[in-house]
Amino acid sequence: MAEHEVELTVDGEAASVAVEPRTLLVHAIRDQLGVTAPKIGCETGKCGACTVTLDGTLVKSCMLLAVQAEGGTVRTAAGMADGDELHPIQQAFRATHGLQCGYCTPGMLLAAERLLADQPNPSRAEIRSALKGNICRCTGYQHIVDAIERAAADAGGAP
Amino acid sequence: MSSAAALERRDVDNEHVGRRVERREDDAYLRASATYTDDIRHDGTVQLAFVRSSHAHATVDEIDVGPALAIDGVVAAYTWADIADSPSPGVLPIRTGSLERNVPGHPVLAIDRVRYHGQPVAAVVATGPYIAADAVDAVSVTYTPKTPVLDPVTAPDEDAPNVHDGVPDNVIARTGRGDPTATDRAFDCADHVTSITLENNRLIPNALEPRVAQARYDTVRDRFTVELASQSVHGHRRKLAETLGVPSRKLRVIAPSVGGGFGHKGHHHPGEAMAAWAARDLGRPVKWTATRRENYLEGAHGRDHHTEAAIALAADGRIRGLRVDTIANVGAYGLGGSAAMSGWYGSLLSSEYAIPAIHCATRGVFTNTCPIHSYRGAGRPEAIYVTERLVDAAAHELGFDPVTIRRHNLIPSDAFPYETAIGTTYDSGNYEPALDRALDGIEYDRLREAGRNRADGRLRGVGVACYTESTGGGHESAVVRLEPDGHVDVAVGTHSHGQGHETTYAQLVADVMERPLANVSVNEGDTTATPTGTGTFGSRSAVVGGNAVVSCAETVLDDARSLAADILGVDAVTLSYREGHFAADDESISLADLAARSYAWNAPDGVEPGFRTATSYAPDGTAYTFGTHAVEVAIEPDTGALDIVRYVAVDDCGRRINPTLVEGQVHGGVAQGLGQARSERTVYDESGRLATDRMLAYALPRSIDVPRIETEHTVTPAPGNELGVKGIGEAGTIAAPPALVNAVVDALADRGVRHVDMPVTDECIHQTIQSSD
Repeated sequence: MAEHEVELTVDGEAASVAVEPRTLLVHAIRDQLGVTAPKIGCETGKCGACTVTLDGTLVKSCMLLAVQAEGGTVRTAAGMADGDELHPIQQAFRATHGLQCGYCTPGMLLAAERLLADQPNPSRAEIRSALKGNICRCTGYQHIVDAIERAAADAGGAP
Repeated sequence: MSSAAALERRDVDNEHVGRRVERREDDAYLRASATYTDDIRHDGTVQLAFVRSSHAHATVDEIDVGPALAIDGVVAAYTWADIADSPSPGVLPIRTGSLERNVPGHPVLAIDRVRYHGQPVAAVVATGPYIAADAVDAVSVTYTPKTPVLDPVTAPDEDAPNVHDGVPDNVIARTGRGDPTATDRAFDCADHVTSITLENNRLIPNALEPRVAQARYDTVRDRFTVELASQSVHGHRRKLAETLGVPSRKLRVIAPSVGGGFGHKGHHHPGEAMAAWAARDLGRPVKWTATRRENYLEGAHGRDHHTEAAIALAADGRIRGLRVDTIANVGAYGLGGSAAMSGWYGSLLSSEYAIPAIHCATRGVFTNTCPIHSYRGAGRPEAIYVTERLVDAAAHELGFDPVTIRRHNLIPSDAFPYETAIGTTYDSGNYEPALDRALDGIEYDRLREAGRNRADGRLRGVGVACYTESTGGGHESAVVRLEPDGHVDVAVGTHSHGQGHETTYAQLVADVMERPLANVSVNEGDTTATPTGTGTFGSRSAVVGGNAVVSCAETVLDDARSLAADILGVDAVTLSYREGHFAADDESISLADLAARSYAWNAPDGVEPGFRTATSYAPDGTAYTFGTHAVEVAIEPDTGALDIVRYVAVDDCGRRINPTLVEGQVHGGVAQGLGQARSERTVYDESGRLATDRMLAYALPRSIDVPRIETEHTVTPAPGNELGVKGIGEAGTIAAPPALVNAVVDALADRGVRHVDMPVTDECIHQTIQSSD
């Protein structure tokens, strides 16, 4: 099958990948660029484990073709920490036991970051609503909601 | 081990144990740098994929792999004929001990006949996953369809077709537990009998990480290395060895980070075996990654029980007897111990009650559906659901409050150890305080006073479920040693896939040895690096693995003490130990110094380098976790829309090593239990094809579906293990379904509703209300 050269930036690194037209963005990121932060859980846009941001928009990278990301800037959960220093949202997840097996975590972190950027002081219902596209099978979501609430408070968003 | 009563409880210092210690494993997960099996890359890896049956039941007349092999990049294509030509049996092992027939196991590729939709028929190997998918599409298979057996209840009927030729009534196991004569007598003398017919719905386990394996074969050493998503590397090694027909020692099995298990990853699936088999055949690394759909079609399912049950009571509400007749769907093949599972499910039917006579008859039956295996709870949720629904139904019929009848029948706290009428011995229990806390938590009396009609027009329901749960079976192996610098190295045969063992085991060892957490490392998930153990399932790791590592750590410290005494020239008993230093008078020696000396060329005779200590620990009997969950619901009568207003979980898992992690287990278990109760429905269509074959068609609980779960606890230490711990991993999946269904039936009781089967969706409630009006 004919291949296309796709230029994109992933977590600040410029990259070029040769992909088939049918190659999913998540496969290009994981298998060709070796950035394994987005996970694959359902291939149908339902579970959210493959969540990344593309040019600032939260997307499920199993629902996009790699060629659609041409020239784009991708951010994964691997790009959140500042060197040794975890991102405040990551710190809040750790402090509240907001993860168990870790497989949904990269998607949850990015969904949380997006929410707090849009709404710095969300209610618990708003937090739950913002996470409805990300399935977690371990935590029952409660400690994840706690984490995001805490991250908001730490950032000064809470009253 | 001596008798339970004689066991001296270890008084582990509380620097770490019992505290809300943050998890040490989280940094890697949060940075998304933790390595799951699918993240590993080996040069030259090829991808294996399966051609799967499109029929529930058919003979396979012809398989043409030619067109697949003609595709550029396709390396190989296999059918059963290739397996049959190899030295490998190619059939997944089955534990037949308790089965009445020697039934065939699941072949890795179909042998002339397919028995469920999605069964692997052929395998292709290609240079990448996309080409492998093309190759799967290119293989053509000719089938002659046969009539499938889909309804487990009619499967034993004489006119039902047979799933397997040697099993004319489709019954793989027939078990009777308890005393049928005493139970008949109890029913004959009863003042009241309440009967119920219920279904425990078939579930698809859904760990977020699908099953995956990467296999390499070393032709020089004739050795396999298999990385896979597993809850038990040692168990997987044994089973893989059987399927491949090689000794276990030829296999190294590694489970790196694993994205959830829930029982599903505790047993052996065809993909892992085919990857290893193909790696040997091709002499190159082979990777197999299940898609979610494949996980739905051919990842073992859970539950699927169909039960007729009755409870006999005296006029005062005392339970006299319990009779249960269950058909347990086994699916198309027995997997591991799955068929036997239907036999021991009855062991918890007494729940928390003193029931003088119980009988449980179970038939495990074959159907043309995906095989059933253990899913979080594995027999326990099915049993407790029966009893807790029956008790509620009896209370409604007799005009008792469901709590009153429960309290009236609780096994009293001074009756333990208590042998139930079904033959299970509960080690410990103190049920009433947990019940009271749950009732206080949900404000039971206030809700009862307020009645079923809320001010907002909705119907109020309150549901209560008591439960007890067997945890911590089998043995577990551990090795603890000091590295030459004094660092403590722990290796255990269990596996953590979300439970946080790296933290909890370290908490235990750090307290025993009075070392900082940072000075303790925990290793799991590699058959080469850990002693041969049992694995993580059945809420067993804290109970069995926890005590194993503590026992080892104590011996390491004792041995270090002996060496310290020799060096200092004093009697070992006169030495004090504090935070890594042994001291006598004004002399002291550090653990690090002793460790270094233990490795030296001139180390004294009898000193093991690093004071390495290995143990295989088995608790003295099963530890019984228990508790009460209570839930308040509000139902919109016109639409059936249900809100879970509040959910209170009170659990007693004995001593809690890390309360935060315990609560996390309860939250997750309750969420899965509510998923079963509210939304998860597995549907095979009339032709036997799985209709709910993807996440879009199978309603897993989302963040907006799960309520806030209020957790409380009581502490009744387990008498059968030194730490006094009990497992907590499965409590939520056991208690939540009956609590929720009891609440719904309570809300609709005034409309004459006696029972609703799970999943109790809004639509189901709506229809129930419509048909009751």
